[in-house]
Amino acid sequence: MTEAPSIRTLDRLRAAAQAACRARRPEGQPVVRVGLATCGIAAGALDTAEAFRKAIAEAGIDARVETTGCRGHCYAEPLVVIDHPASGFPPILYPEVTPGKAGMLTRFFLGEGDPRFEHMLGATVANELIPSVLEFGRFNREQRLVMDRCGRLDPQSIDDYLADGGYGALARVLAGSPQAVVAAVGAAGLRGRGGAGFPTGRKWELAAAGSAPLRYVVCNADEGDPGAYMDRTLIESNPHQLLEGLAICAYAVGACQAIIYVRAEYPLAVKTLESAIAAAEARGLLGPEVLGTAFAIQVSLFQGSGAFVCGEETALLRSVAGFRGTPTHRPPYPAQKGLGGHPTVIDNVKTLATIPVIVERGAEAFRAVGTPDSPGTAIFSVVGDVVHPGLVEIPMGVTLRELIFDICGGVPGKKRFKAVQIGGPSGGCLPADLLDTPVDFDALSEAGAMMGSGGLVVMDEHTCMVDVARYFLEFTRNESCGKCTFCRLGTCHMLAILERICRGQGRMEDLERLERLARDVRDGSLCGLGRTAPNPVLTTLRYFRDEYEAHVVDQRCPGLSCRPLTAFYIDLEKCARGCDACVGCCPVDAVFTTRTRKKGIDQSLCVKCGECMVACPPEYDAVRRISPAHLAPVIERPPAAEAKT
Amino acid sequence: MLLNPSAAPPPTEPEVLETLGGIVARFDRRRALLVPILQAVQAQCAYLPPETMPLVGRHLGIAASEVYGVASFYNQFRFFPPGRHPIRICLGTACHVKAGDIILENFERKLGIQEGQTTADREFSLERVACVGCCALAPVAIVGETVHGHMQPSKVEGLLLQIQIAREKAQREAAAASPQAEDPSDD
Repeated sequence: MTEAPSIRTLDRLRAAAQAACRARRPEGQPVVRVGLATCGIAAGALDTAEAFRKAIAEAGIDARVETTGCRGHCYAEPLVVIDHPASGFPPILYPEVTPGKAGMLTRFFLGEGDPRFEHMLGATVANELIPSVLEFGRFNREQRLVMDRCGRLDPQSIDDYLADGGYGALARVLAGSPQAVVAAVGAAGLRGRGGAGFPTGRKWELAAAGSAPLRYVVCNADEGDPGAYMDRTLIESNPHQLLEGLAICAYAVGACQAIIYVRAEYPLAVKTLESAIAAAEARGLLGPEVLGTAFAIQVSLFQGSGAFVCGEETALLRSVAGFRGTPTHRPPYPAQKGLGGHPTVIDNVKTLATIPVIVERGAEAFRAVGTPDSPGTAIFSVVGDVVHPGLVEIPMGVTLRELIFDICGGVPGKKRFKAVQIGGPSGGCLPADLLDTPVDFDALSEAGAMMGSGGLVVMDEHTCMVDVARYFLEFTRNESCGKCTFCRLGTCHMLAILERICRGQGRMEDLERLERLARDVRDGSLCGLGRTAPNPVLTTLRYFRDEYEAHVVDQRCPGLSCRPLTAFYIDLEKCARGCDACVGCCPVDAVFTTRTRKKGIDQSLCVKCGECMVACPPEYDAVRRISPAHLAPVIERPPAAEAKT
Repeated sequence: MLLNPSAAPPPTEPEVLETLGGIVARFDRRRALLVPILQAVQAQCAYLPPETMPLVGRHLGIAASEVYGVASFYNQFRFFPPGRHPIRICLGTACHVKAGDIILENFERKLGIQEGQTTADREFSLERVACVGCCALAPVAIVGETVHGHMQPSKVEGLLLQIQIAREKAQREAAAASPQAEDPSDD
């Protein structure tokens, strides 16, 4: 087995890669690693990296700046790791490194060996000198199987991945039979990470069966769920793991053509993938004669043009063929009859990126993580009203409470947790008393939500659940492809009812009608989009019916969020004389000065943006929000001439 | 608002046809290439000029209406030229929860246009997008290629002012006899 040609070829490639890495990185040279994925760049990481380069050159320090992918700790971007072996400290993680901080860290840490304790998050490894980040729940509760290399490696460098043991799984697989791979994936019990949780091994078996002359593998990277971005991060931070999984899948099912369907809205992911494919082809890891064997795989990119429904596999295939992305009836499943009538395996980015892990660690070890029915880990993007938002990889079966409170730090400020939305527009909202639900495919479906692609939005008490349902329905109404009536018209009518309720013009019978429509749309639609579109409505009606009733009966929004039903006013008891903080920030000049030189809000001008509430200094805390709107006390605006101070 | 003097006049119809013909000729005559062709046209022209539909249709042997049907199905394709500074407001779930719609309204008010429109001087255009995948930085606005995280209504005016100042500076420098003389210092 050790003498298989693929393994010999890989050993040679790996030795060359390790030599290249050593040449690029002189031993003992201090290194600054800046995370440069889309979220890091949005937080200003490009300026930070540039500031480090400039400061290092100016100070004449022997150090280098490297770029890595994303570690998933989006709350702390731009995130920088400084490894300065000569200082005696382990590698240290610094959060929110602005260009100014970059200059300071260069001078003190790289120059003088003082790591500036007050600015660090902690050391990346346990040690005796300084606290380590592993003491935080955000770090030590995670179990990174798939995202292990994200943020550690340079995504642009295939040498990094090879030197780190990458493509070892592919070499091992090529030394054995395709059937063995399918069997291993089946034995591992891997379920598709795209949301529905279909057993991957079963899908591969279907596609590999029979004697088709041509088979395709398609990687679904059309991450359309608003609020989910783990596929983007995986591609931007470690594209080769996906390519390796894709090649293994192609070998297992006997395909020689692979297509990666990636959103055009992710320009950096597209660029990263393009260069990764070219690099892998140049080393003989993709293309004809992979790793010196007879196996050939041609990988191409297809840029999706922004249609949510194209995440559905049959719609995706229509789109690749150059048509409108409308779903078709299943069966036949694409695994039997897909692109051009040939068997086509369609797997999500996370599913494919998990494959090398399963091959390397073995099916047994993979099954040891997670729950019996949902083995392995799940990657969530936890966002919204939460202290430490970002990507979290946890074993399946961890409860929502652990995920939101122990790992991500809970709800910021003194606000109360209200609900968590899981699975995007197809998922549902779960209330506080369901926080002990474990995250796995079946438990979440039972509660009325679904795993979906793993977007998890935490909402605090100032979120209106009716408005959330309205928001998702507006999204699905816009994204419905229009093929079947229930989805096309049903979502329109449901949205109209929800909009009416949010305006305070709802009627009690609307709730009944909404429920009936939701059930009809669910039962009558062809594809996953329509069948799951009513989920946000059904779950909010089930768990937050009181909020619907408050909107209809009292014209009151309990979350103080629906703007037609709320008003801002200034508590004159608390307002300070002569303070102008709220006047300057009002975008519509609705704030005026009263005769007592305190402030009032002109309700006819106010757009309810809440800026004055943010601007009012905490020691006064005078801006109040109230629902129903007519309860706001009226403060007379003095005539223009008098208002002058 | 001031018109940008450095902007070229809009291309004439023969010019557009020539550009489009050049793009289309790079592709094989296969139906599967329809979306990539449209993407290439938009990458070059920033939108799909009306001439695109019949031209691409002829290339692939399908009706112009069929091309339009596909192009209008996907959110990516635009049928009107965007502004020089396209502004896109993210209204994904996280941005919605963090009041992204208020940011959008502020841009609408400051620019005097509605979402989906372009200002009369073609400087700014305003669009909403479903999600750009920067949810931890919500609410997010994208001006040109730059992503601005943690937006606030009061930041909107500053952003627009910054663009205007940069433009006026560029105009002054262009007007100066030797453009190299002045150091483009940051502020």
